[in-house]
Amino acid sequence: MSAKIITMTSGKGGVGKTTAVANIAVALASNGARVCCIDGDIGLRNLDIVMGLENRIVYDIVDVIEGRCRLRQAMIRDKRLPELYLIPAAQTRDKSAVSPSDMVRLGDELRKEVDWVLIDSPAGIERGFRNSIAAADQVLVITNPEVSAVRDADRVIGLLEAEEKGSPSLIINRLNPSMVKKNDMLSAEDVIDLLAIRLIGIVPEDETVIVGTNRGAPIALEAKSMAGQAFRNIAQRMQGHDVPFMDLDSQGSLWTRIQRMAGRR
Amino acid sequence: MGGFFERIVGRKRSAKSAKERLQLVLIHDRTDMTQAEWEALRDDILAVISRHVDIDPDAVRIDVEHEGREQRLVADIPLRSVTRRRSG
Repeated sequence: MSAKIITMTSGKGGVGKTTAVANIAVALASNGARVCCIDGDIGLRNLDIVMGLENRIVYDIVDVIEGRCRLRQAMIRDKRLPELYLIPAAQTRDKSAVSPSDMVRLGDELRKEVDWVLIDSPAGIERGFRNSIAAADQVLVITNPEVSAVRDADRVIGLLEAEEKGSPSLIINRLNPSMVKKNDMLSAEDVIDLLAIRLIGIVPEDETVIVGTNRGAPIALEAKSMAGQAFRNIAQRMQGHDVPFMDLDSQGSLWTRIQRMAGRR
Repeated sequence: MGGFFERIVGRKRSAKSAKERLQLVLIHDRTDMTQAEWEALRDDILAVISRHVDIDPDAVRIDVEHEGREQRLVADIPLRSVTRRRSG
């Protein structure tokens, strides 16, 4: 068995890469898959705190690459899911401590240990981004329905095509259905039309995401969270299941409204 | 479309501006060419073609069209009719 290596990238910062990696990893692991996340943002470590693992770090990615520890020693086990791991970024080094070929070697070693490797790329299109995509079998580009995020996503998609990384898949994050309804936010269709790549998920703007990161407990395990459902759907699609896109209409259908009132959603 | 509503509100809804502005800027980003470079290209194309055939520069349309992420330069260059020129 060999893991699939997926890199999450965006160009622009702050669109939700880290949160998406944490949530998709949790969703995959809760389906029984063995998952290892890698924080690719050396010098600006963050995935650990979003996943609630900040107090458990002993070794980091640079320690593995420079041979100061074994791979397994740097894989921090999640609190809730026994087959979910994190390899944290180094905090006191910079991106030049790692090269693209180091990442390929690390990825190949990890393929034997787990089913999925999710790499959280740093913002930007420089060394950290190059490192993060080096080992990827597939790249997910995440964006928000907002001009600067879409423009940067397009730039990154162009770079990935030039690197012959294959066509990436798109996650549209923080879509606000009521603003779309008022024609004051780009719709998912608009964004797909502009970027012209395959869509793999639409995540609605949802306060529960921040509550989850505050607690260090990604909301992908919470049945009632709309964003959590969207991340679970993405994980399912990555695993090859054909899951319909959620109805994100702010009112929802009569049935979803009844379900919501009954506290089922 | 929506002209009446837009006149009342005084401006069109912002999603439409966002999409139109992005469509334009992405053409420049993807080809790495500025507006001035596009105009220079257009002038060069017209100069070459008019060396061989008679064209009306004002009727020429040169656009970037896209299919998916593929972009193509599409030129629509009406030729001036030779017969009409002769009779006129």
